[in-house]
Amino acid sequence: MSGITDLTIAEIRDGLGRKQFSAVELAKGYLANMEKARALNAYVAETPEKALAMAAESDKRIAAGTARALEGVPLGIKDLFCTEGVHSQAASHILDGFKPVYESTVTANLWRDGAVMLGKLNMDEFAMGSSNETSYYGPVTNPWRSRNSNAPLVPGGSSGGSAAAVAARLCAGATATDTGGSIRQPAAFTGTVGIKPTYGRCSRWGIVAFASSLDQAGPIARDVRDAAILLKSMASVDPKDTTSVDVPVPDYEAALGQGVKGLRIGLPKEYRLDGMPAEIEKLWEQGKEWLKDAGAELVDISLPHTKYALPAYYIVAPAEASSNLARYDGVRYGLRVPGDDVIAMYENTRAAGFGKEVRRRILIGTYVLSAGYYDAYYIRAQKVRALIKRDFDLAFEAGIDAILTPATPSAAFGLAAMATASPIEMYLNDIFTVTVNMAGLPGIAVPAGLTGDGLPLGLQLIGRPFDEAMLFRAGEVIEQAAGRFPVSEKWWA
Amino acid sequence: MNEAVRTKKPSKLIRGATGDWEVVIGMEVHAQVASNAKLFSGASTEFGGAPNDHVSLVDAAMPGMLPVINRECVAQAVRTGLGLKAAINLRSVFDRKNYFYPDLPQGYQISQYKQPVVGEGAVEVDMPDGETITVGIERLHLEQDAGKSIHDQSPTMSLVDLNRSGVALMEIVSKPDIRSSEEARLYLTKLRTILRYLGTCDGDMEKGSLRADVNVSVRRPGEPLGTRCEIKNVNSIRFVGQAVDYEARRQIEIIEEGGTIDQETRLLDASKGETRSMRSKEEAHDYRYFPDPDLLPLEFEQGWVDGLAAELPELPDAKKTRFIAGHGLSAYDATVLTAEKETADYFEAVARGRDAKLAANWVINELAGRLNREGKSIVDTPVSAAQLGAILDLIGENVISGKIAKDLFEIVFAEGGDPREIVEKRGMKQVTDTGAIEKVVAEIVAANPDKAEQARLKPAMIGWFVGQVMKASGGKANPQAVNAALKAKLGME
Repeated sequence: MSGITDLTIAEIRDGLGRKQFSAVELAKGYLANMEKARALNAYVAETPEKALAMAAESDKRIAAGTARALEGVPLGIKDLFCTEGVHSQAASHILDGFKPVYESTVTANLWRDGAVMLGKLNMDEFAMGSSNETSYYGPVTNPWRSRNSNAPLVPGGSSGGSAAAVAARLCAGATATDTGGSIRQPAAFTGTVGIKPTYGRCSRWGIVAFASSLDQAGPIARDVRDAAILLKSMASVDPKDTTSVDVPVPDYEAALGQGVKGLRIGLPKEYRLDGMPAEIEKLWEQGKEWLKDAGAELVDISLPHTKYALPAYYIVAPAEASSNLARYDGVRYGLRVPGDDVIAMYENTRAAGFGKEVRRRILIGTYVLSAGYYDAYYIRAQKVRALIKRDFDLAFEAGIDAILTPATPSAAFGLAAMATASPIEMYLNDIFTVTVNMAGLPGIAVPAGLTGDGLPLGLQLIGRPFDEAMLFRAGEVIEQAAGRFPVSEKWWA
Repeated sequence: MNEAVRTKKPSKLIRGATGDWEVVIGMEVHAQVASNAKLFSGASTEFGGAPNDHVSLVDAAMPGMLPVINRECVAQAVRTGLGLKAAINLRSVFDRKNYFYPDLPQGYQISQYKQPVVGEGAVEVDMPDGETITVGIERLHLEQDAGKSIHDQSPTMSLVDLNRSGVALMEIVSKPDIRSSEEARLYLTKLRTILRYLGTCDGDMEKGSLRADVNVSVRRPGEPLGTRCEIKNVNSIRFVGQAVDYEARRQIEIIEEGGTIDQETRLLDASKGETRSMRSKEEAHDYRYFPDPDLLPLEFEQGWVDGLAAELPELPDAKKTRFIAGHGLSAYDATVLTAEKETADYFEAVARGRDAKLAANWVINELAGRLNREGKSIVDTPVSAAQLGAILDLIGENVISGKIAKDLFEIVFAEGGDPREIVEKRGMKQVTDTGAIEKVVAEIVAANPDKAEQARLKPAMIGWFVGQVMKASGGKANPQAVNAALKAKLGME
């Protein structure tokens, strides 16, 4: 055994079941990894006491023969999830010292199923970013490095801590959230599997809101099976979130191994961008071949409104964010910077508490909702959104089972490489992923190959509403064809 | 805003220095929904309690909290809409109204902007001169109340009490159909009556359950609407009249002196009976309304509305019509008796099986007058409907005279007890024994021969004799019998 922490969740389940190791040993293994990997800055808060206590409870359960679905599985939790009595700050200064008295529904579901909490994971502040560089706690470093250089790379974002921690074996799996690509893009940058479920599949209750109509929780995991196991526990209908949907949660693992024979896989021509790197193009072609070889039928489709998705997304998401973040005013919790009067207190608190990217998006959102601009921006963006959804509806109505696209337009880039770029260049990272959020559909990113420099790249599969099972099924075919992509060298340890 | 079509009664015009003016008034009434829990959280709506006693995580806008609509509040709004004979919208939308204030924890109020739950309706208002005016209802929507800022308990700080934060309000917007301060007062009175009949708002203005924003403008009769000013948060019916009177005068003076009216929000200083500027149109907030992405559109079936309609209590207009047609009351008496549901119920209990007009007279003149003097309402009446009924029965049976009945009422009011027993014990029965009466008549006529002579010439003098006989009998003699005996004795027939 190369190490207890190299096991997948499925393997942990078997190993614990056969008493090959204990949950406490497993948790200790991860805690040791975390201690050695602090240079990656993946965690913003570690909870070793809690981890060991939960693991001890798991061992008791296993001994008693009452193990639950995720018994003893050590997980990292994105800092966006509220966890009772534990640091929950959305990686922002403005939530300084905030420890909720409540537990998010998604994490409560995981603990109910026996999972063990290792700590809270770094992220872009309020999930706004594609490189994990907007965190108040500093950037996360990607465990992957280029073959020819030791220059630090970003893990993607906003769930950069989640993706890096899973890739670097700092947790067996992680919770993440995705508003425009925040699960899939970092998964693609780190050789991990990430799924954004259908909007409404997981409860948003207790997750710090970024853009309410787009936010959705999902897992980042080592492989497709682990992602399926985690999502099964995370998903639920929740009376506390009326946008969650009452559709039974299937046994996603049962969908695995069914292959793609006879399925119709759509290939949207609009995802072939001008100036797309040859490596991305090649990866996409390779993906098509694998699915075809496995018996799927490839169908060229058109999603004609794709090109409007990114601009429309950058109206809708900031508009909602500008309102969602109004509650961070220094009055009731978190940071308060005094001022001469209440307006000055607001201004001082919010100027000091929010980072540059968050401030930028609040300003954009405030602008597009302002009198005189609302119709031109917000209303039009909503119309575009409806058209994007219709594009997908028509494709699925025509018999397409899943859509295959690249996950990102590039591999991981250098830390600070985008520092002098315009924000738009950073926003382009989401070009293949935002349409899925705008349409509320499920999307999965599966590692599919390496660049010439040895950096991971991912493919994305997009499915029908609530047909996550199809994505696991097709994703597994790619995974089996492409192989696994573990980080080759633990240079940080 | 629609141009109201109302015939202009000269009596409602205001005389200025340069001619007549018409005042045009529209009202936005905020009525607290009678419900146990708040609009979007399960917290109690109980009045009072220590500050911040009734505050849930949602009310305090903790990170990740989501609103969940309280169905009972929706039912109350629909019942109110039905009571206002208004269109019920089976689909409506909640919007966010964004602004910063310490007692607004979310940084936005959840309200309904473009698609309210209730559409156009009407309220009929009876004027004292017998005219009935119809005030159009523009809409009714549901929204959250804010908390309370307390500025006078600390020299350096403002305190915030969130007990009211999130309490459900109905905003009932009238059309600009009101033409005088009296109409404004009576409209609000009638609206309050309807709400109290429906049980959808307790109408307690002292506790802030009902508040009005009054829009006032003036114009020359027949001309287009003038610029309006909004007087915010007027919290008594009397103050509504004051605010309109003052504001109309102020606007007329400005225009007559060659000035123009600035559209602005004003406050009523009730101690001075004046309004003063709060903020101008330029300072008006840009609320950046947009649909709340945390809440799905509010949708319900016509069948549910029909069910609520079927269970609606009899409303004041219908009750009044029934009192006139069924009980033969005058329009005035019926209006007075139906103004409060409790009064109407009391009247009906007294009138059951008895002379309805007599019952109405007693309830309106004796009981209401007496309660008024004591500062009590019908709910606290010491004379029950059964007791008053017994008094009326005693009159009907000729056991007591109307005059004695008033004394008896006074005794029951002050001391309680069974009227029949009191009459018995205290010897209040009227004397109908003609022999006894004739005896007294004979004595008095014999003692006053000169007056008897005059009475024979001037029959009106008989009243003096009646008074003497009644006095001699302690008020217990039957007045008809006395009259008859006197006429016979004096040979007037």
